[in-house]
Amino acid sequence: MTPRLARLRIRRGAGDAAPSYEEFAVPFEDGASVLDALIWIRATKDPSLAIRYSCINANVCKECTIAIDGVVGYACTTRLSAESVFTLDPLPGKRVLRDLVSETRPPKERLK
Amino acid sequence: MTHLACDVLIIGAGGAGMYAAIAAARSGAGQIVLADKSLVGRGGATVMAQMTVAAALGEEGPDAWTLHLEDTLASGRGLCEENLAALLCREAPARVREMEEWRAGWARRADGRIAQVTAPGHSRPRCCYVDFLNTGPAVAATLRRQVAQVAAIRRVSNLNVTDIVTADGKAIGAVALDSASGEAVTIAARAVIIAAGGLTRIFRRNSASANMGGDGYALALTAGADLVDMEFVQFFPIGHLAPRLVGMDPIMWDPFRYKLGGRLLDGSGREFLSDYGSDETSGYTTPRDLATYAITKEVAAGRGSPHGGVYLSFTHVPKSALEAAFGPVIERLAANAIDLGRMPVEVAPIAHYHMGGIAVDERMATRVPGLFAAGEAAGGANGANRLSGNAIPEALVFGERAGHSAAAYAASRTLRWERGAAVTAAAERIRSLGAGRRGDVSPATLLDELRELMWREVGPFRSDAGLARAVARLAEMRACLNEAGIAPGPACNPTVADWFELRASLIAAEAVARAARTREESRGAHQRDDFAETDPAWARPQFVRMNEAGSLTVSGAR
Repeated sequence: MTPRLARLRIRRGAGDAAPSYEEFAVPFEDGASVLDALIWIRATKDPSLAIRYSCINANVCKECTIAIDGVVGYACTTRLSAESVFTLDPLPGKRVLRDLVSETRPPKERLK
Repeated sequence: MTHLACDVLIIGAGGAGMYAAIAAARSGAGQIVLADKSLVGRGGATVMAQMTVAAALGEEGPDAWTLHLEDTLASGRGLCEENLAALLCREAPARVREMEEWRAGWARRADGRIAQVTAPGHSRPRCCYVDFLNTGPAVAATLRRQVAQVAAIRRVSNLNVTDIVTADGKAIGAVALDSASGEAVTIAARAVIIAAGGLTRIFRRNSASANMGGDGYALALTAGADLVDMEFVQFFPIGHLAPRLVGMDPIMWDPFRYKLGGRLLDGSGREFLSDYGSDETSGYTTPRDLATYAITKEVAAGRGSPHGGVYLSFTHVPKSALEAAFGPVIERLAANAIDLGRMPVEVAPIAHYHMGGIAVDERMATRVPGLFAAGEAAGGANGANRLSGNAIPEALVFGERAGHSAAAYAASRTLRWERGAAVTAAAERIRSLGAGRRGDVSPATLLDELRELMWREVGPFRSDAGLARAVARLAEMRACLNEAGIAPGPACNPTVADWFELRASLIAAEAVARAARTREESRGAHQRDDFAETDPAWARPQFVRMNEAGSLTVSGAR
């Protein structure tokens, strides 16, 4: 089976920088998730892409919560498709730290 | 630079770390720092545990901790450190009952008793759980609630401890990377507990979370502690392989196998476990090491499934029984286009748990004064093969012991802190990495190579030639660690996190490969093609230590 390509438009930049978007084309097989694509980008295209995740596939840590086409969801359970471009942003309403990482730590768990 | 001071510093906030924090506070520690690389109570292995918790509660009939111990020792293939195994089994009931008081919500029978099932290797029903596939998340949530209520515990998320600081051979604190800002943080502590989990992430096929790259082992070795049983990595036999399954952990099939007796079939649909001496006519009884052996041999003989595993089939189970056992999981499977009534799934061994770890005594103390370890990070209790259901009690029991012991030790010590050469170097490393560095290869690429290498040469089957190749390549990779490229910008820099993970994983991987090479026999989870038999003379542990120059040596070998 020839792998199909998913297109991801990802918000890049540090928290205080003006947001910009970078587009990646990611080969995928049926059933693969947005998180699979982000991990693939880090491993093969750009290791500096910042994302939060811990459990990878089990959907128990909930750390990979981001905005996908403006809708809040889990990167690990949202499936890729070749039909449209996925626009990925950090969780809205939180301070952006870098790329898709926002300040989601409870206030009492922060150092400062 | 931020500086913290505390009685007890706990590295890792999974089940063991959180229990240690609660116990340390109970035992009088007034200032406890509970640090996690990820988020407190959400990273690590505990939250991933989908299966059971073994404890001789006797809810289903007569049981005793000594019987649990017998099963644990038999499963460990003659290699358990008996005092640690006894501690685990003796105190598991108290910890499980305490979790119940804290409303963990163990599944119950209709008459109100806590439900206990017989997981493989247990002589009677002893394993509690939280439905459905919710044991780990429930344990983690329960401990998070308790930890949040203790004023003495300061929780810090995204604090990545990179170095343990020693003075006169004693642990006096640590240096850490605050991942959000990229700044170095120093922490003075009267006692330090490593509860950073295992190392299964160093194998390509694994059921680990992102932060199980062996950090705790590298920290312990570098601080002067010994590791034990490092060659014994548990490869869980029926990790999910295909079709692609998202939103569920790859080790999810086990509970359904023992609830429903799912059948393991080769590529042609034939049952094969009996060829390896396991009789499953009375249910799911094959221990993990034997099942992994049988599946790997079937695949090697060309009798595997299309993706390189075997089939797990529930097609013989009536639909009503499937629905009763799987509950809401049936819908999650349907979302993955899996209908168990009509099709088998493909499964294959996957790195799941590390029996080995930091050598500790019954107080969870290492040979370095002031340094303790707990949970999967500690080694010895499970010998050559862990019994199903023993991981969570290990986290709870050893966490509680470590917290108590560290608080008692801290009470006898004065706080000391010296900003010596080692602290300066560790802080400077964090600063300079955050500034970025040009390099031809990224730490992420090297981590991928490490995982592939470990799976190929140090996986479920091993030989001297392959282990020698692994040790040699790991040494080369360690030598060029400082040439890996790092992206600029200190805040939330994933390449800096990768670099520290790579540094730790290379040390942990080398400890596994070296110990596997010197153990010239097959026992439990350690299977050698060139030494296929178990040798009674090898019924003893090996220890790994780091010398001043950073080289690893294995002792206890013949």
